Amino acid sequence: MNFAKKLLAILALVPGLALANEGGHPLDKAPDRSTNMAALQNGAKLFVNYCLNCHNASSMRYNRLKDLGLTEEQIKGNLLFTGEKVGEMMTTAMPAKDAKAWFGVVPPDLSVIARAKAGPGGSGGDYLYTYLRTFYKDDTRPNGWNNLMVANVAMPHVLHELQGVQVAKFAEEKDPHDPSKSVHKFVGFEQVKPGSMDKLTFDTNVADLVGYMEWMAEPAAQTRKRLGVWVLIFLTGFALLAWRLNASYWKEVK
Amino acid sequence: MAAFKETKLPANAPAAQKALGWVDDRFPLSKLWNDQWGKYYAPKNFNFWYIFGSLAMLVLVLQIVTGIFLTMHYKPDANLAFGSVEYIMREVPWGWLVRYMHSTGASAFFIIVYLHMTRGLLYGSYRKPRELIWLFGFAIFLCLMAEAFFGYLLPWGQMSYWGAQVIVNLFGAIPLIGPDLSLWIRGDYVVSDATLNRFFAFHVIAIPLVLLGLVAAHLIALHEVGSSNPDGIEVKENLGPDGHPVDSIPSHPYYTVHDLFGVSIFLLIFSTVVFFAPEMGGYFLEYNNFLPGDSLKTPLHIAPTWYFTPFYSVLRATTADFMWVLMVAVAAYVAFLWLKSRLAFMTKAIIAVVALVAIVGMLPSVLDAKFWGVVFFGGSVVILAFLPWLDHSPVKSIRYRPDWHKYVYLVFGLSFVTLGYLGTQPPSTVGTIVSQCCTLYYFAFFLLMPWWSAMGQFKTVPSRVTFHPH
Repeated sequence: MNFAKKLLAILALVPGLALANEGGHPLDKAPDRSTNMAALQNGAKLFVNYCLNCHNASSMRYNRLKDLGLTEEQIKGNLLFTGEKVGEMMTTAMPAKDAKAWFGVVPPDLSVIARAKAGPGGSGGDYLYTYLRTFYKDDTRPNGWNNLMVANVAMPHVLHELQGVQVAKFAEEKDPHDPSKSVHKFVGFEQVKPGSMDKLTFDTNVADLVGYMEWMAEPAAQTRKRLGVWVLIFLTGFALLAWRLNASYWKEVK
Repeated sequence: MAAFKETKLPANAPAAQKALGWVDDRFPLSKLWNDQWGKYYAPKNFNFWYIFGSLAMLVLVLQIVTGIFLTMHYKPDANLAFGSVEYIMREVPWGWLVRYMHSTGASAFFIIVYLHMTRGLLYGSYRKPRELIWLFGFAIFLCLMAEAFFGYLLPWGQMSYWGAQVIVNLFGAIPLIGPDLSLWIRGDYVVSDATLNRFFAFHVIAIPLVLLGLVAAHLIALHEVGSSNPDGIEVKENLGPDGHPVDSIPSHPYYTVHDLFGVSIFLLIFSTVVFFAPEMGGYFLEYNNFLPGDSLKTPLHIAPTWYFTPFYSVLRATTADFMWVLMVAVAAYVAFLWLKSRLAFMTKAIIAVVALVAIVGMLPSVLDAKFWGVVFFGGSVVILAFLPWLDHSPVKSIRYRPDWHKYVYLVFGLSFVTLGYLGTQPPSTVGTIVSQCCTLYYFAFFLLMPWWSAMGQFKTVPSRVTFHPH
């Protein structure tokens, strides 16, 4: 078995190779809202008010929001605006054809977007948290907005009333890898018009929204983890019994 | 053929015994159980490496059972497929668990099968008289790859869609018939609803049927010749007074309880993934696959699922520049064969002619590197089938081989893992060179095995197995 041990020791080093760095704007860590019901409810409210106007969440049923501690009456009273029924899916009233004409693309379905946007740089939540906070005014764009995460983004800054308007400042810097070139480097935002929220309040609200989108991407996630603990406890007991059963039979093998 | 005779049991025998007697007179139920497991004598010195056969069986059953339930709710329709998977994840009671078990099971199956094959490699399990077991196993591996490939299209995410597109396009590299062949496989000019429907048919019925038949053949062949063991000794050469090998024990109950313990450890690991990391950092469920497949949006980086990446790396390593190295390698190998091998003159002549045709074909103006990439990609899988005839070592087990052989195997294992890792990454200059070195080593390992496996100072194989009582 000595050989197998050596093999395992060397294989254990392999993941170290995987720590390659990704370029681009670094992601901000999204605050964890997974167990904060009030925050998730606030996120749901923001989602229904700001996102569902253009986007679908066509795998998400309104009444699944009961998992976040809302009652059916609360959902009906606060989150349904255009005569949908509480058992219906979260769909937008905007026809896809119009969306394509107005924005150039059909806004993507957001049901599982928080899972799709995960990558080596961070979780899908980190991506969304950074994306939603890095819109800036850019008059060269047809809709007047641009974004640090998605250059020449088709989506306008839907939350600008809350965040206010910011412009991005860039500096030309020498490329550290090639002195003959320069790179267009982001150095910071400048607030040109205040929003209805200060920066901290806005960040908190975006975190709630992102928390909701992460929950929506896998509503069973908490059940999964909770059940997983019991399954592992059971299997540990089973493994112990199987181990002793095995030992008692093999005692007689000489 | 003897006349039918009803077994007479005393009137007061238990009902179950009577029922079994009735069945046994009409169908060899007890005989089947005893031959295949109950009184199947297996060497008593099995170690950790011998659990993976049973585990593969367990995962096969898990995949079939979870697959049946998924089929009840899944819609094989390009417009509905993606949504129906999310429907399973949200609306179907316990659907998320069934789906995660199936997706984790696919990766687990490959981990187990790779470890099972490693066992075969380390202890020479494929050596005479077990060549057919190895060939059946190899066919199972091919089926498993096909099954995984067809199944991976079904969620209809971006990676499903473009992965299938890339792999089907590989057939397009075959001269003359290629483009028509890939069109025929897809049933359309791009991967589309027609492709999804036929892949669904292959995934849920065609391949599983073949797979089950092959598994049965694999087991029947194994139980016919008997299991090998970590010492590579034929236990049947040393029979006891009862007619059974002295170093063997009946599988039931000894290996039943042994495997039960192994299963419990496997389930602990499997459940940890299912319940706490079903995406496994994007390796078991790729992030991009949570976006619906879109024929107009090609992802920047398309990689097959991790279990295909070692072979996929071989494909990517075959660049136009590398063809010159390969031409030299083929020529050198043929020269080596003429000097060193004891093959018949005619065989050598045929090999030389084939090699010459291949070298001419490798010229940039004849066939492009993409075609050869596909050839080496296929070759890197198929070459496994020839192992029983490539290994000329006088001993089966690595335990009694010269110590330096262990490093040959170790470097082979590392090359395989490195190829696998590089296959998941976007192409890079360094990555390509490393994967080319690994590719050369991979093929050299097999093609030069008839020589290196017989070289060095072999240790004496004991006449009885190494066994320490528990």
